[in-house]
Amino acid sequence: MVTIAAIIYEPGNSIRNKTGSWRTFRPILDNNKCVKCENCYIFCPEGAIQEDENGNFKIDYDYCKGCLICMNECPVNAITKVREEK
Amino acid sequence: MQFPREELFAPGHRGCAGCGAAIVARLVLKAAGKDTICVVPTGCLEVMTTPYPETSWRVPWIHVAFENAAAVASGVESAIKALKRKRGKFANKKINVIAIGGDGGTADIGFQALSGAMERGHNILYIMYDNEAYMNTGIQRSSSTPFMAATTTSPAGSKIKGEDRPKKDVAMIMAAHGIPYVATACISYPEDFMRKVKKALSIEGPKFIQVLQPCTTGWGYPPHKTIEIGRLAVETGIFPLYEIENGEFRITYKPSKRKPVKEYIRMQKRYRHLTDEDIERIQRYIDEKCKLLGL
Amino acid sequence: MCEVKVITGTSAAAEAARLADVDVIAAYPITPQTTCVEKLAEFVANGELDAEYVKVESEHSALSVCIGAAATGARTFTATASQGLALMHEVLFIASGMRLPIVMMVANRALSAPINIWNDHQDSIAQRDTGWIQIYVEDNQETLDSIIQAYKIAENDDVLLPVMVCLDGFILTHTVEPVTIPKAERVREFLGVYEPKHAYLDPDRPITQGPVGVPDCYMETRKQIEDAMERSKKVIKEVNEEFSEWFKRKYGNGLVEAYNLENADTVLVAMGTVCGTIKDVIDELKKEGKEVGLLRIRTYRPFPKEDVKELLKDAENIAVLDKNISFGFNKGALGIEMASILKNKKICNYIVGLGGRDIRIEDIKTIINDVEKSEDDKTAWIGLKE
Repeated sequence: MVTIAAIIYEPGNSIRNKTGSWRTFRPILDNNKCVKCENCYIFCPEGAIQEDENGNFKIDYDYCKGCLICMNECPVNAITKVREEK
Repeated sequence: MQFPREELFAPGHRGCAGCGAAIVARLVLKAAGKDTICVVPTGCLEVMTTPYPETSWRVPWIHVAFENAAAVASGVESAIKALKRKRGKFANKKINVIAIGGDGGTADIGFQALSGAMERGHNILYIMYDNEAYMNTGIQRSSSTPFMAATTTSPAGSKIKGEDRPKKDVAMIMAAHGIPYVATACISYPEDFMRKVKKALSIEGPKFIQVLQPCTTGWGYPPHKTIEIGRLAVETGIFPLYEIENGEFRITYKPSKRKPVKEYIRMQKRYRHLTDEDIERIQRYIDEKCKLLGL
Repeated sequence: MCEVKVITGTSAAAEAARLADVDVIAAYPITPQTTCVEKLAEFVANGELDAEYVKVESEHSALSVCIGAAATGARTFTATASQGLALMHEVLFIASGMRLPIVMMVANRALSAPINIWNDHQDSIAQRDTGWIQIYVEDNQETLDSIIQAYKIAENDDVLLPVMVCLDGFILTHTVEPVTIPKAERVREFLGVYEPKHAYLDPDRPITQGPVGVPDCYMETRKQIEDAMERSKKVIKEVNEEFSEWFKRKYGNGLVEAYNLENADTVLVAMGTVCGTIKDVIDELKKEGKEVGLLRIRTYRPFPKEDVKELLKDAENIAVLDKNISFGFNKGALGIEMASILKNKKICNYIVGLGGRDIRIEDIKTIINDVEKSEDDKTAWIGLKE
């Protein structure tokens, strides 16, 4: 049922929409090379790169659209790309 | 840890891969925090984040129309004031009211409402995410489109070389309203942008920030270059970063040596019709502008 | 204890907004609405009303401010007329689409070109399909009472639609009449405070208002507005009754007012102040032994179809007066709608009073004679110069 005035009461429920399927290239982050500069974290338009409990950055492939801004902005080339297998 | 970890802008939105507007929203909310109400006029950011029944916003959010975000924000702010005073609502919390509008919704169709809201002194922050054309409707020129950029309504033809007018200086027009805080920013400088958002929110009264946000689809470059191109816009002096606090102008980032505009221009399809001579012309224009600003 | 003041219609509207203890007012001046927003400015300046008074730069922004404020949980008021209402057109749909109980006074005035500041109903009739409840009043007391009622109707959970209270420009806006002003405490008690359950912006409950209405949901939102309009008929009637219990005044059944309809074969149908003139004519003819009735349409939206059908079932000569014209159809809006619900009846449509043209007692008599001798439906323009 459509809510009154089509108001959406569930904040941030766009997480249902897994945009990872848009990807042509998959960024791969090598934590051994990572210097934790946070560039990839802050520049990701999806917020798809998050820090895990060990302080390592991880790419959430459910949402990563493969724009590769992270790869381009990584100062130590810790992120590489591979073509997605369809 | 450099940046706050709270994500108030959720993934799953329909922005293009490499979307600069999404980066604007994410950075603004990281700077502003959860006690924020967002007003977003019609445009890319609105359309890509709220196709019913899904929203990417984890803060209260409202869209009304294209040309009235500043007026809607005025109403939100007035309601908060009245309801706090009369009925003790909102637990006397400080609530940020932030409008985030594109250049079309801000510099063109929303300009009257914006001028009114700024002149009236509402305690709101208006952020113009500037991608230099109407991207949501398919890359038509706005008054914020720069000189000689090709758009679908300022195409590069044999007689006219793209946009025939220079970019409208919205930030300076806002400064002329005498408001306490005006700034320019660019998503490629997130610390600078977020500092400006925070500073603006700490000031009572109307505030305006124009944030440059490269657009992969509209400008014609591969998605991974969004941040790189924004950086070049600043490094070349094409988009200077400054703030005007209580009338005091201050450059907030000064490139040690300005890069040639050619580096920026040659990366984008919207400029691919330009000859070296045309680029020289733009270089001279930018040199003049930078001289005035002391860059 | 009530106070009686001799005031204009616009002042009566301002008094009503004060009594309703509105939180946010958006004001942009336009003749003949101005004295309303001037009065409200005085109230706020003198501390008689505790509200944010937003001096906007256009009517488009006036309604946009009200939308932003109402969507944050405030009780809001604005007022406009004619060109101002036309400028609001886009946002009118949004106020109803977002289901915000905004109340607006409309000082009915003709539309340009040529520019004309005088009364007719073209401005609000042109906003018929925007999803607003429209109440057309007959005098200044009804202006005040209707605005108070409007909040009670608009904020009802079964309704949640904006309301415009339409009063005839100059005829009411600039004419003083004695108006009984109820006690503010009584009105506030009658209305209660506005506590929206569906729509309010609050960081403690982050909701998204005004999203993209994809084809999968848009049509349902339209049907919900139509259903709310339908439900509002009952609410309007109940509020009219309740208001009369509290304040000892009522307006027909809320939707329509019947005047001398029993025994009358000839019935005039009209809205607004012209009904006062018609009542005078009816009284005069009654003394001469002639029975003529009036059906005053008070709410043009929702349209009181059922009441009209019932009350006019025995009428033989129906004269519908319209202060508006649908170009290319040569009928007024009320004329078209009456014809669509009353099948097999003779309905003559009279276009009257456009742009402030006087509607005289003689004009009403002419209409009565004309409808009685007409053999079939027709449209006539009354009071045109040679």
